[in-house]
Amino acid sequence: MSKLEIRSPLPGTFYRRPKPDAPEYKTDGDSVAPSDTIGLVEVMKTFHEVSAGVSGKAIRFLVEDSDAVMAGQAIAEVEQ
Amino acid sequence: MNIRSVLVANRGEIAVRIIRAAKALGLRTVQVYSDADASSLAVKLADEAVNIGKPAAAKSYLNVEAIIAAAKSAGVDAVHPGYGFLAENADFADAVEAAGMVFIGPGGGAIRLLGDKVRAREIAMASGVPTVPGSNGRVSTMSEAAEVLERTGFPVMIKAAAGGGGRGIRIARGPAEFERLFPQASAEAQAAFGDGGLYIEAFVANARHVEVQILGDGEDVIHCFERECSLQRRRQKVWEEARAVAIPNDLRITLCNSAVALGKRVGYRGAGTVEYLYDEARQEVYFIEVNTRIQVEHPVTEMVTGIDLVQEMIRIAGGEKLSITQADVAVTGHAIECRINAEDPARDFMPFPGQVGSLKVPEGEGIRFDTMLYEGYQIPPFYDSLLGKLIVWGKDRPAALARLREALAGLEIGGLPTTVPLHQALVNDPDVVAGHTSTTFLEHWLEIRFTQSTKASQEVA
Repeated sequence: MSKLEIRSPLPGTFYRRPKPDAPEYKTDGDSVAPSDTIGLVEVMKTFHEVSAGVSGKAIRFLVEDSDAVMAGQAIAEVEQ
Repeated sequence: MNIRSVLVANRGEIAVRIIRAAKALGLRTVQVYSDADASSLAVKLADEAVNIGKPAAAKSYLNVEAIIAAAKSAGVDAVHPGYGFLAENADFADAVEAAGMVFIGPGGGAIRLLGDKVRAREIAMASGVPTVPGSNGRVSTMSEAAEVLERTGFPVMIKAAAGGGGRGIRIARGPAEFERLFPQASAEAQAAFGDGGLYIEAFVANARHVEVQILGDGEDVIHCFERECSLQRRRQKVWEEARAVAIPNDLRITLCNSAVALGKRVGYRGAGTVEYLYDEARQEVYFIEVNTRIQVEHPVTEMVTGIDLVQEMIRIAGGEKLSITQADVAVTGHAIECRINAEDPARDFMPFPGQVGSLKVPEGEGIRFDTMLYEGYQIPPFYDSLLGKLIVWGKDRPAALARLREALAGLEIGGLPTTVPLHQALVNDPDVVAGHTSTTFLEHWLEIRFTQSTKASQEVA
């Protein structure tokens, strides 16, 4: 079974929810389509959506909500 | 002066600016920093540095307890809040004073009073400062709003009483839109500022943003003339000038004198800014708000008046009277400031906190670059994108524009996209050169002229 990584396009703070009181975009084990939003990266006071970019049957996050991430850092992996 | 040491409760270019001013006054400097700012220029320049927490501003630069603890442990006499973060937080100013230190600013009382936009408007009216037609105080019901709307007509701005700096503003173009936006704006203001209070002002289209710098020592208040900040994107200033570009002399005098009257009415202490809109078509000025902090664009005023505003505010906080009288304040020439941000103008201003490669800074008469950059500096992604401010002075506006062209050509920040190309385009734009701008100019210009020209050059490339 192959796994693909989803990398952060930007450095910043990674959020798993659109707003603090909203549900998570995706939880571990959810299936994803390439256009699905899986989180937000806050960089320099602006917010950017991160889309999965790949499809797969189960996503697993590698970083926690509000963790600092680097550009190119793997933030989740997806089982094909 | 009864201040011998100062803690800088800020970061970035303004922290560097405050440290330089404090050192010029012979003061010991203490810089607070988050985990993300350990290698910042301000930390390197300060005599001492104290870590105050994690990168997120809420856990460091907005953490009142951590900053007060740092100030106490460093044994400083005073705290300078800079701009943004806690600069206009009255509770922070009170906490500094309660801990036995001096807050370099007008104090919690004045911040609270002028920070409430409704009360500030009332004070402005009482001081004879011209205000935009709108509500006298807060509006809480639709029937109250209807009375105000009869006087203002449409479009109107629905503003949060606790807002400011362009935040918490909605524009309604007609009654239906107003009825939809009004409750929404109140809920949003409650969530954002903890205060759902709203007020209404007529929307002045095609206005210029003009503001007056004031200095007060609690008794005397003087003005250091006006600045113009009409070039804005998403209500954030991008380019500022001193003095204002196109405003008749009698109106300039009204503007400056009314700002002083307002300052005197509240016994203002420190540096402050009274902001106005100038409606060029009607030749009217209208009060917007008072900012009780040093502003990002303060250097243009310093360049034309020769006054060091940051040193002056430290001296005043240290118990001194104003070192100058109104008669001593004179303007020579013209100054322009360009905000250099870590944003890519060719990609819709996407922020990019990269690592600074080579750095070439223009030098010479009439050129100043206020920055926190150095070669090899890794810009943290957690704060705003301002990298520095390029400020030029010339004997008149054409000379300042010519010097700005030279200075921009000489500014090279390697390793990341910046807004330098935006300023290079603006400084050569016929409307900007002629001074034909307003607060809506830049966004329209970006759409029509800038975006298309960058797209075209990308296609050629």
